[in-house]
Amino acid sequence: MGETERTGPRMTALCMLGCVLFNFPILALFNVPGTLFGVPLLYAYLFLAWALLIALMAWVVERRE
Amino acid sequence: MLQGWVIAVTSFAYLGLLFAIAYYADKRADAGRSLIANPYIYALSLAVYATAWTFYGSVGRAASDGVGFLPIYIGPTLMIALWWLVMRKILRISKENRITSLADFIASRYGKSALLGGVVTVIAVVGILPYISLQLKAVSNSFTIVLQYPEIVMPAKVGAIPILQDTALWAALILALFTILFGTRHLYSAEHHEGMVAAIAFESLVKLLAFLAVGVFVTFGIYDGFGDVFSRAASDGALRPLLTPLEGLAGGYASWVWLTVLSMLAIMFLPRQFQVTVIENTDERHLNKAIWLFPLYMLAINVFVLPIAFGGRLHFPDGTVDADTFVLTLPMAEKQEWLALLVFIGGLSAATGMVIVETIALSTMVCNDLVMPVLLRLRSLRLNERADLTGLLLGIRRGSILLILLLGFLYFRLAGEAYALVSIGLISFAAVAQFAPAALGGIFWKDGTRRGALSGLLAGFAVWSYTLLLPALARSGWLPIGLLEHGPFGIALLKPLQLFGLSGLDQITHAMLWSMLANLGAYVLVSLLDSPSAEEHRQASLFVDVFKRSGDAPARFWRGTASATDLYNVLARFLGAEAADDTFRGYARRKGVPWPEQPLSADAEFVQHVETQLAGAIGAASARIMVASAVKEEALTLEEVRKILDEASQVVMYSHRLEQKSRELEAASAELRAANERLKELDRLKDDFVSTVSHELRTPLTSIRAFAEILLANPDVELTQRKQFVGIIVKETARLTRLINQVLDLAKLESGSAEWHVTRLDMRELVGDVLSGMSQVFTEKGIQVAAHLPDHVAPVSADLDRVIQVLLNLLSNAVKFCEPAQGRIEVTLVDTADWVRVEVRDNGSGIAAADQQFIFEKFRQAGDTLTGKPQGTGLGLPISRQIVEHLGGRLWVESHPGAGACFSFTLPALRQATPAALAAAT
Repeated sequence: MGETERTGPRMTALCMLGCVLFNFPILALFNVPGTLFGVPLLYAYLFLAWALLIALMAWVVERRE
Repeated sequence: MLQGWVIAVTSFAYLGLLFAIAYYADKRADAGRSLIANPYIYALSLAVYATAWTFYGSVGRAASDGVGFLPIYIGPTLMIALWWLVMRKILRISKENRITSLADFIASRYGKSALLGGVVTVIAVVGILPYISLQLKAVSNSFTIVLQYPEIVMPAKVGAIPILQDTALWAALILALFTILFGTRHLYSAEHHEGMVAAIAFESLVKLLAFLAVGVFVTFGIYDGFGDVFSRAASDGALRPLLTPLEGLAGGYASWVWLTVLSMLAIMFLPRQFQVTVIENTDERHLNKAIWLFPLYMLAINVFVLPIAFGGRLHFPDGTVDADTFVLTLPMAEKQEWLALLVFIGGLSAATGMVIVETIALSTMVCNDLVMPVLLRLRSLRLNERADLTGLLLGIRRGSILLILLLGFLYFRLAGEAYALVSIGLISFAAVAQFAPAALGGIFWKDGTRRGALSGLLAGFAVWSYTLLLPALARSGWLPIGLLEHGPFGIALLKPLQLFGLSGLDQITHAMLWSMLANLGAYVLVSLLDSPSAEEHRQASLFVDVFKRSGDAPARFWRGTASATDLYNVLARFLGAEAADDTFRGYARRKGVPWPEQPLSADAEFVQHVETQLAGAIGAASARIMVASAVKEEALTLEEVRKILDEASQVVMYSHRLEQKSRELEAASAELRAANERLKELDRLKDDFVSTVSHELRTPLTSIRAFAEILLANPDVELTQRKQFVGIIVKETARLTRLINQVLDLAKLESGSAEWHVTRLDMRELVGDVLSGMSQVFTEKGIQVAAHLPDHVAPVSADLDRVIQVLLNLLSNAVKFCEPAQGRIEVTLVDTADWVRVEVRDNGSGIAAADQQFIFEKFRQAGDTLTGKPQGTGLGLPISRQIVEHLGGRLWVESHPGAGACFSFTLPALRQATPAALAAAT
């Protein structure tokens, strides 16, 4: 029950984290030439950060019970 | 190989398959074994968000500006993180009020206003038309292109084709027919279209697989993996800027942020998203899985967008091939006809899924919130007297589906060519974003009023029309282009693309900024100036406090007279007699009334039940009108509604208070129980004490009596023996007296009635006096005594006689436990900062660690009390400890068996009081 009550604040925090990760100025750090495993840095960052956010959301929402 | 008939047959076979799935799911639902009642189908059905725009348009956008397509999917991910707070609330509200559409939701929140519902419907229909035209454009273009296989020919300009040869028209008509078959075969209770949802979920799988297939083919078939595509792009001068694209993005970061915000709102308020997320939801808990599965779906369908976009630009460097078609033309150029066909089917899935759900959602809104309220108000139609209106409702819905698709086609003919797919879709996104203030404000802010919502919506919609719709029509040549370049009547400040001179932003950012400002501003301002009606106040409370109320009986907001028969007739007219019977029977069963043998009483609760049921079919606003016409009701004033709400919240408050009281009561009774336990323990101790004292008294008494009897029975005992016997009697009597004195002393100390004469004592002097007083005893036993007394010791404040008593007790104990002739006793006086400590150390047998615990208890002595002779009363140490503790000190023992024992006690030292301490004391 306590876990369920804390899911709301945790998800809100994740939303805020996402808003920071996918915004200026963090994005500008990666908007530079360079590659990660052959993928341009910005694209690699966007997809990895996105995947991380989804994983965190899954973790928060599934560990309630 | 890919002749026209192959494509046509495949398309129809695919649509047939969808229909079969839908039919099967409907049958399962009727049998009560729902196919869609699981979180995975629910998450897949949410993916109706990915339309032809995603399927074809993302690549087109990526080919021109790199990352510009991503905010459309990252935004929803961020919003979905908030769904736990927002969407759960909307779901609960919609379930309790049997909401049938987004328009119904907003109308219902602001006092079941038919006008507001109508406005929302009009905005939704007008706003979504460009989006529907986008799907038609995608279907007809992809059909035309794949038909030319193996040639790659871009479709001709729309204007060049006669209207009847336009594939988009046929696509619109076929989709209309299909949607009508799908969504309006019969009137669904509470608008659950289980068959449709199952088909949509299937389509979501197909489009994902098709897109992944072409992505894998391009990335690993044509090129050599991600690295290869990107490194080739990096060596191409025209593509290199797209690798660090954010500076190049029109409007830069501002555009990125606004696109994110726009799609955050779109995921909530697109009519089809509201339909699948809220209306078609069968269980609130499905949201938990969907919260991460749906973003995962969006991530998956976007992974290959960039490789396909760069691959397409590298493959068709001359720019003759529209980037929106790369998904299709790349497999065609590589002669992969089956893959091309799969892509075509995938695109068809994306487009049909969107069109089906969107038009069903819109037709429900048009029927329930636009047409029905008007028809019901027109008395000349005498709708109230018709026996069965279900046919009329279905007719309206079918008609509006056809109309919406034809309007979509019209928009496509009028304005469809001027923009790429994504830009068309964004115009619709901006339109539905206008619902956000009224809808989100409605569930969190009680003071939002009907007039406020209406002003906000109208203001936002007006700005949207002026800054987005008008330019689209002007660019297509339907309005003079001078309107854009010079502003209306040549007023440059009113130029639709640079309103009030604001320039430097891209079109969507510019429009969102002004429309949201107008919308939110009007909503908040008017709401604050307005005073809500009773109905609005009540609905606001039902929506905002939905989680506080649920579970309890809803507050009663109705007063008047009604007959159950009238209500039955109303229900039967809209839902059919069968559904009306079900409703009545269900309610009667809950109330324990054997209906229809016994009539139901039409009280407030029942009237509300009927109205909610009716709202599930025709929307809250229409249901309100119908119920009001069937019963005689007295209007409640705002004051009365407030009172009812207050009463309801008071009940909640009382129950909270009651809970708190009962918790306090529990705590108090726990304390009482503990106190009782302690009393019982003390009682037991007292009994023990009394029995121990009696036992201790009996021992000397027995020996006194025995010797006295001997003397009595034998008068001729020898004098020496007689002396000896009398001596024993005297000794035992003395022991008895000592014992009784000590028991009395202890009782006095424990009860606190002992008298204390506290004076200033010099411990050096006192120890010296006691030692010299006892010197006789030490000499008799042959025990050596050493005193270590420092030159100066701080005085203490204590009772002289009592301290002497303690010291005597400790010394006589030490004498008792020392071996005669070898014994050695050391008395040490230590002056620590705050205390004066007295140590009495002997070299006797010592005390076992276990015994150290209880030698301070009454009548407990160290050693074996059964065999060893008693060496005292067993009260000395308890009394000493009582005395020392009363004087504010401590008495303890340190000992190891065989190494002697050291008893110490402390007394608080009297220091020369400093002035500060004196001041503090007074």
